[in-house]
Amino acid sequence: MMTVADIVKALNLKVFSGAGGLDREVSGGYVSDLLSDVMGKADAGQVWITLQTHKNVMAIASLKDLAAVILVSGYKPAENTAEQSEEENIPILGTDKSAFEVTGELYTLIK
Amino acid sequence: MNRYRADLHVHTVLSPCGDLEMSPSNIVKRAALKGIDILGVTDHNSTKHGALIRKLAEKEGIFVLCGAEVTTREEIHCLAFFENDDTLEKFQQFLNMYLADVWNNPSRFGYQVVVDENDMIVEEIDRLLIAAIDRSIDEVEEEVHALGGLFIPAHIDRPGYSLFSQLGFMPPDLKVDALEVTGRTTPEDIIAQFPDLAAYSFIGSSDAHYPEQLGTRMTVFEMETRSFAEIKKALHGEDGRRVSIMTDRHRG
Repeated sequence: MMTVADIVKALNLKVFSGAGGLDREVSGGYVSDLLSDVMGKADAGQVWITLQTHKNVMAIASLKDLAAVILVSGYKPAENTAEQSEEENIPILGTDKSAFEVTGELYTLIK
Repeated sequence: MNRYRADLHVHTVLSPCGDLEMSPSNIVKRAALKGIDILGVTDHNSTKHGALIRKLAEKEGIFVLCGAEVTTREEIHCLAFFENDDTLEKFQQFLNMYLADVWNNPSRFGYQVVVDENDMIVEEIDRLLIAAIDRSIDEVEEEVHALGGLFIPAHIDRPGYSLFSQLGFMPPDLKVDALEVTGRTTPEDIIAQFPDLAAYSFIGSSDAHYPEQLGTRMTVFEMETRSFAEIKKALHGEDGRRVSIMTDRHRG
């Protein structure tokens, strides 16, 4: 199974934080900017693609045991969000590409 | 202690979605008829009708809290209120700086006009006021409190544009003066789900966009007198002051 590190390499993503979790295995992906929706519908092992940068992102990533978070369109994590990512060992990755583009690439990569 | 009836979430014609009948003079007349003692003026991302409504409302004996309903970067609606013209103006400058450069299309979203006390248009706002500002909820909270204001996440139980919809739950370190709930749920329902929220006061408001909606949902403030400081104390349950969402029992 593909790991977060494989995805970082293939999609040329930045690693903002949580590098200790780069060996996490990736089961799929979920795209949403509503944290209430992610809380209900994302599954363990998925990579979450979003533009939200609030600390609650990491609380939900941890709650759902997600593999990583990809911030799109050049967004950067808030400082306390990055800190939480380090503590949880869930990487926050970044790209200047839009959610549409990076989702397309990720889907092609892991389908 | 005295009891005051407050509707703290009201839009004017300045909000694109606010009815053309929601001019400052009409709002004040209607608020007086509905027995509103404290009126919050909360247009989307603008404070520009606050001062006029305060001036007109004084004659009717209505206390006005001037502020805005801010859309944060996460698209969370939050009420913000300020004590005086100076801090209100400073917050308006903050909004001007960070509101997205998206232009209103009046035929699609509605007109965004500032009017005078005779309902004559004095200014039309070009930037779309229902867009988000480029500041996070934490940054907006810090700015509001740095200006001595009150910060109240709006309709937190709504399925969109709310603290719960956008962030899933209330961040434990977010400093709020109260939480606004709609009639969809009760504070008891919310506390049953999130026990930590029992520490906060809850308010209910009309979120009026049309004249007939004014005062249809209100909060009772039990406090000594109507002032910004007393309202803040009541929201924090200090010195025997308190707030409760008005039910039919209160209307009597």
